[in-house]
Amino acid sequence: MIHSSAHVTKSEITLTVNGESRTVRAYPMERLLDVLRNQLGLTGAKEGCGEGECGSCSVLMDGALVNSCLVPVLQATNASIFTIEGLAEGVDLHPAQEAFLQCGGAQCGICTPGMILAAQHLLSKNPEPSGEDIREGVAGNLCRCTGYMQIFEAVAEAARRRNKVTAKTT
Amino acid sequence: MRSDPGNYELVAPASLQAAVALMAKTPGLWLPIAGGTDVMVQYAAGKLPARKLVSIWNLPELRRIEISADEIRIGAACTYTDLREHSVVCGEFPLLASAARWTGGVANQNRGTLGGNIVNASPAADSLPALLVYEAELILVSVRGERRLPYVGFHTGYKETKLAPDELIQDICLSRRFSEYFSHARKVGARNAQAISKVCIAALGRVAGGAAEDVRIALGSVAPVPVRLVETERAAKGNPISSSLLLEARKTAAAEIQPIDDIRSTARYRTAVAANLVAEFFERMRSNAEAKS
Amino acid sequence: MSNHRTNQDRIVGNSVPRKEGRDKVTGRAQYIDDMVLPNMIFGATVRSQIARGKIKKITFPPEINWNELTVVSAKDIPGKNCIALIADDQPCLADEIVNHPEEPILLLAHPDRYALRKAVDSISIEYDSLPAIFTIEESERRSQIVWGTDNIFKTYVIEKGDVESVWKKADRIVEEEYATGAQEQLYIENNGMIAAWDPQHGITVWGSLQCPYYVHKALMALCDLPAEKVRVVQMETGGAFGGKEEYPSMIAAHASLLAIKSGRPVKIVYDRMEDMAATTKRHPSRTRHRTAVSRDGKILGGEIEFTIDGGAYTTLSTVVLSRGAIHAGGPYYWPNVRIRAKAVATNAPPHGAFRGFGAPQSLFAMERHMDRIAQVVGISPIEIRRRNFLRPGQTTTTEQIVHEEIDLPQLLERALQLADYRSKKKSFAGENKSGTSKRGIGIAAFLHGAGFTGSGERYLSSVVGLEGCADGGVRVLVSSTEFGQGTKTVLCQIAAESLGVAYEAVSIAQPDTLEVPNSGPTVASRTAMVVGKLLESAARGIKQTLTLSGRLHDSYSPDEFREACSSYVAEHGPFRSLARYDPPTDIFWDDEKYRGEAYAAFAWAVYIAQVTVDLATYSATVDDFVALQEIGRVLHPVLAKGQITGGVAQGIGFALYEKVIWQNGRMQNGQMTNYIMPTSSDLPPIRVFFEELGNVHGAFGAKGIGELPMDGPAPAIINAVEDALGIHFNSIPLLPEDIFDAITSESQLASAPRSSGQEDSGT
Repeated sequence: MIHSSAHVTKSEITLTVNGESRTVRAYPMERLLDVLRNQLGLTGAKEGCGEGECGSCSVLMDGALVNSCLVPVLQATNASIFTIEGLAEGVDLHPAQEAFLQCGGAQCGICTPGMILAAQHLLSKNPEPSGEDIREGVAGNLCRCTGYMQIFEAVAEAARRRNKVTAKTT
Repeated sequence: MRSDPGNYELVAPASLQAAVALMAKTPGLWLPIAGGTDVMVQYAAGKLPARKLVSIWNLPELRRIEISADEIRIGAACTYTDLREHSVVCGEFPLLASAARWTGGVANQNRGTLGGNIVNASPAADSLPALLVYEAELILVSVRGERRLPYVGFHTGYKETKLAPDELIQDICLSRRFSEYFSHARKVGARNAQAISKVCIAALGRVAGGAAEDVRIALGSVAPVPVRLVETERAAKGNPISSSLLLEARKTAAAEIQPIDDIRSTARYRTAVAANLVAEFFERMRSNAEAKS
Repeated sequence: MSNHRTNQDRIVGNSVPRKEGRDKVTGRAQYIDDMVLPNMIFGATVRSQIARGKIKKITFPPEINWNELTVVSAKDIPGKNCIALIADDQPCLADEIVNHPEEPILLLAHPDRYALRKAVDSISIEYDSLPAIFTIEESERRSQIVWGTDNIFKTYVIEKGDVESVWKKADRIVEEEYATGAQEQLYIENNGMIAAWDPQHGITVWGSLQCPYYVHKALMALCDLPAEKVRVVQMETGGAFGGKEEYPSMIAAHASLLAIKSGRPVKIVYDRMEDMAATTKRHPSRTRHRTAVSRDGKILGGEIEFTIDGGAYTTLSTVVLSRGAIHAGGPYYWPNVRIRAKAVATNAPPHGAFRGFGAPQSLFAMERHMDRIAQVVGISPIEIRRRNFLRPGQTTTTEQIVHEEIDLPQLLERALQLADYRSKKKSFAGENKSGTSKRGIGIAAFLHGAGFTGSGERYLSSVVGLEGCADGGVRVLVSSTEFGQGTKTVLCQIAAESLGVAYEAVSIAQPDTLEVPNSGPTVASRTAMVVGKLLESAARGIKQTLTLSGRLHDSYSPDEFREACSSYVAEHGPFRSLARYDPPTDIFWDDEKYRGEAYAAFAWAVYIAQVTVDLATYSATVDDFVALQEIGRVLHPVLAKGQITGGVAQGIGFALYEKVIWQNGRMQNGQMTNYIMPTSSDLPPIRVFFEELGNVHGAFGAKGIGELPMDGPAPAIINAVEDALGIHFNSIPLLPEDIFDAITSESQLASAPRSSGQEDSGT
């Protein structure tokens, strides 16, 4: 075999993905992105650049937005990973997803999972972001379709929806 | 992905002690990886020479910020987000907080670390000019123990440092004596976010009676290493901030740097912008002082 | 009308939910790299490392076990070694000669993608290098003939009136040269394809693509297969912008060859570096204007020479050239004009389709030139445009009569007011006398033809279908593809409105050549207008079938339709209504003389950009952007607005950020870190406004809008930069380094006339 030069063995790595404990067998330097996509069948995170520039592979790792193309899976050991697939509850879309749909925040859809997670991450830290906060919050997620205007509207709308839900439950 | 993960070893020691012990066994064999924002990029492009990596991402010893009366000690694996969100960093070391905000997007700030930025030793790194003007000190650690050295001079050449092959940066120490200084930072990149600097400046100063009492200026992306503009500072110190000083500062600054033409910009442009940023610093400092008086 | 809707119930004109939107926001949408087939292996391409030369020797090093790999060379091609499109000059795999860097030479496949990579890297190719050429000027010099007998892919001449007669009548003759650079489409999803082969059914490919039937045609020729043995399926496509118009045929060809030889499904997905290096970009261009004007700024006539660099093979250059040439005169009345257009060959990878398709290049020149003429004559940028705008009844450069009741002076006036142009212009002129930054404001007025040029739609002869389904719903059958613009949504809106049924009752088939008719490629801003219009006809067929069967009255409710449809299907099975493009009899186009009705409709626009140039960093930033356009009818406000903001953002990139750095025909900055597209922090508020005049040739009055917003931003921005600095810039992208060079070159400063302070004649 050509790849017999590989001398590293795969290890068992346990991580929590969208609330479920998962164990994978992987090379420690495999990218979290590849493990999610190829082993766990979670293809919502996309590879746009492979160098942490476009943000389309964004996931939440222990609550922090990260580019999963830059995370060796070993570093995700025991981490809690949250992907776009974990956002909707059953058939009910998450308010951020609703907002992106309503405002035209998704066009071709390839940046959308990462963009929505970036929005989620922003709102979890800053529930009432200003326009500038929104621009900065999604600046690591490139979108070539929208010119971002409708994404800004979607994030602002997501904040409103989120705060409405929070207000109701408190 | 242009590298075969099967060819790369990665281990994650449970403690700092274990990490340096591993590195001591065969000094230079193990490449430390923290947030991966540089290492993983080279790896994906098929350009990472190291085959054995040691993860220091989750080591608690490297991820804390300690405050004492006269010093702040930042663990080397603290992320840009950690810095941006820390009240003492934001309050007393705004140049570092701005640099953290300007480095990459949110996701890279959540993973990129201050120690990584230093060791990666890019002349374009945004946080390094700030460390120069704050006269940071580094605590390096290995099985041989700790040593403390000034950050200035740590970079010995393009992408070269004083770090021994078995050493890690443990802490970055900043003396808490700059909170009264006027500070000015600016990053000039090809775009407003997610950009590698063409030129960046971090500068501190104090004005007394219209004169520049203390001045500290550092630039990135204008030489093989981030540089402190010692001559420009000397020319300014003790002198009133006048238009002749501005002219002198521009000239001296331009003479102190060795920018190059590369894929991102030109030497001519970098020199001119560097001079402009230095002049801008003096002007802002002057108007700030005038506003206060 | 058959139904009883109020305006609020109308489907067309309302922002209904995107058909595939739910899948996109939940991450369930399936793009090509998300798809896995049993037994699938991975394919990769071995490419030329040089720009031009003869392949001397290919070495397969012995440390690789080549038995594990499928290796394909030109000799394995069953049919013709070309990517069939317009001219069949581009090989699928280079055989003896390479004509550009990254030209495909060999294909490899292996079950393990990392082993595959290693094998690709291990192959060494020796060449006898030949001299190569890389610029329009080098190509024109013909010291090397790299294509045909003269390096010229195509020329056109558009001639109206008698240009030679105008020079002596002119009060002023204004001459200037303009240039635009290559631009990468930079869709966030890289190109990719999967091919599967079985001898009985032939070849099937799935992929990220715009034009299923282009791929279909290419595969038939390459594999020597009849139409029914080639099947092309579009997967969800993550952005295209023209960048997935022609190159997907190449990748589909490669995957197919590997699948045929290996007998297994093969996936080829490019990474970003390969995509940037090997696939098409916007054509670099050079435009020369020589214009005769009267003292009061009326255009008497002129010559326009429009030249584009096509790269090494023809691909779509002839068509890009045609659209660029037809738009070169802008929205102005030229009593006399000669437009000479030429596409030349170089040894760069072929340039290709990108939103706007030649028009952004020639319109950049036109709109910069209008400001230049204004300066020379001594009138304002407003007045020069107002005095020369096309008016209804006048003819364009191809002598097409403007039938639309477009009032361009009014459109301009509205844009000026929306942008607060006059007061800003005045206050900037004052502020700019001092300060460390300079502000400016600039205008671009332009038009964009919708649909294929001239006889194009007649040749395409598109067919669409509607299918009545068992549940009483209706399914749209078209080869038009969704890649973000909203094709699926808008076509379903049109079908629903035409049929008088709910939007939810209409679904749309995934484009699959086995299932859908050829409704033409999804390009040229033609989908909503042309394909949509055909759906209106197909809807009549569906209604007729149900009416004739006695199940439906002339007037019906959506429920009655559903019952009628499902009962019909229960008895007769699913039924289809097809509609074929019926060329309007009153449209005349002469392909020889390039004269006549170039487009069934034009969209019209005035854009206004406001910029700040920072004198410390020499960078220009857009602070405000007004985009006002007349687009017939807005079918879906949210989608329409999204098309405009997205196009404007790409236009801002084209003007100020996106530079392809070339070295010997190879892109040096082929990564997202150093090819600079705007982020969310780089764009101004993009304020979008519409006017709606309707359009008899488009569905519910629609015109095309996809490409329009790409045309105006660059000239508006560079006009604004000139307003701020008083320096001419005639070439884009305009980077801070360029502004720095110009500011520091004193001769430039001294000679630049200022336009500020000149008043237009007011309103």
